[in-house]
Amino acid sequence: MHDHTAPADTADDHVYLSLAEATPGPEGEGRWAYGTGFADPLLGVDTALPAGLDAADLAAYCLMLGDDALILAQRLIEWCTRAPELEEEVALANLGLDLLGQARLLLTRAGQVDGSGRTEDDLAYWREEHDFRNVRLVETPNGDFAYSVARLLLFATARGALYEALSTHPDPVLAAVATRGVKELAYHREYATAWTLRLGDGTPYSSARMQAGLVAVWPLLDELFTAHPVELRAGVDPASLREPVLRSLTAVIAEAGLTVPEVPPLATVLGRAGRDGVHTEALGPLLAEFQVVARAHPGATW
Amino acid sequence: MVTGTATAGTVPTGTAPADQAAAVRERAWEVAAAVPDPELPMLTLADLGVLAGVEVTAPEGEGPGDVVTAWLTPTYSGCPAVAEMAADVDRRLRAAGFQDVRVRLRLDPPWSTDLITAEGRRKLAEAGIAPPRPTSAVAAPGPVLLTLGPTRGPGPATAAAPVVCPRCGGADTEELSRFGSTACKALWRCRACREPFERVKEI
Repeated sequence: MHDHTAPADTADDHVYLSLAEATPGPEGEGRWAYGTGFADPLLGVDTALPAGLDAADLAAYCLMLGDDALILAQRLIEWCTRAPELEEEVALANLGLDLLGQARLLLTRAGQVDGSGRTEDDLAYWREEHDFRNVRLVETPNGDFAYSVARLLLFATARGALYEALSTHPDPVLAAVATRGVKELAYHREYATAWTLRLGDGTPYSSARMQAGLVAVWPLLDELFTAHPVELRAGVDPASLREPVLRSLTAVIAEAGLTVPEVPPLATVLGRAGRDGVHTEALGPLLAEFQVVARAHPGATW
Repeated sequence: MVTGTATAGTVPTGTAPADQAAAVRERAWEVAAAVPDPELPMLTLADLGVLAGVEVTAPEGEGPGDVVTAWLTPTYSGCPAVAEMAADVDRRLRAAGFQDVRVRLRLDPPWSTDLITAEGRRKLAEAGIAPPRPTSAVAAPGPVLLTLGPTRGPGPATAAAPVVCPRCGGADTEELSRFGSTACKALWRCRACREPFERVKEI
């Protein structure tokens, strides 16, 4: 770095130096490592509930969207040390980080609005499987790279469209997450699209694997467009996204030389699915791994 | 006026209260604006456009002095540096003599690379990081169909606004990886001077 014009006290011009100090941060405690100053992600944001919104509905809705982001973030991060190339590992971890950031804001908002005072960590680590409200699409195991790419393509396309519709939502926090998220999801979709094209239009073998990934993930798509009563009351009717999202997916799949799978949606349990807390058998083990440290050391801080 | 004591020396005595308040606010802004970004330490938070505002208001009740509130706008939703930025702004304002400091987040309007100042862009280029292009010069998010290309190539939206090599200034550059060492950067290479470089992605 050649430029020392900015800070006046050059002896103290790097933020990492502050980590060595035990001075209180805004949360009133010292930190020993980068990234451990877990500030409230909504610190100081106007969090008053707008008139006309039902608090319970808004909280449940934020939980649904936050759980989608949280669980898919966890799946994406599982690719660390397992991706085909270092660049892809970095990419998938970065996409997971975006989703994790969205999840933190949404879970914090849910805990605020429902009056329980639960923090993002309370909601992430101390709820049971049946309390999670994510769609089943995000929880299934990663499968091979093609399956993960296919899942990401479906999720990013649908979630980008949903965030676009939610960017004018009356709740300022939800609207802000959505506005920021539109750009992030566009990048995720570009990544998934590029790999769908590369694998689909690659060798016969890569094409077959990509097609198989699409076929395997496709039964989970329908749930993204199936409205839960909370979604109808507090947010956007996901059924309204079905047509534009399918049109976008169809275009990518056709360009990749693949075919849109014709497979029935995954069955529900008496009409209940992820939004009702009814999940596949994959969610339990994921949560066990995700929650184990927090539960082994309740209330631990560092 | 009950002001953070260490700042009083910078305010000319005998000025009108309104001028004095503006001077205190200016001083608080300068302190917060000089805080370096944790991941791009050649930039200050002001260069990066993360510092959304600084307000100085009268002491509250028996409060120790003026209330200084600094507003930060996070870059990416998952940016892990936000907590460090907030802690550092808080620490530096207290070190400058302000005793009642509050750091707050502002999510709306969202951060954009368009908020990086001209000075910030210059410092990025000087550090070998290609600054972001104006978002208006890059395709807007929407249903844009990509075409199949090689793994390494010119990347999206090059003709209208090429990514320029920060080392030799050449416009013949290619993307190596869409993701780099931090969420906000991608890895590129210059085909003229053959040097790899990072660049800040438009968002």
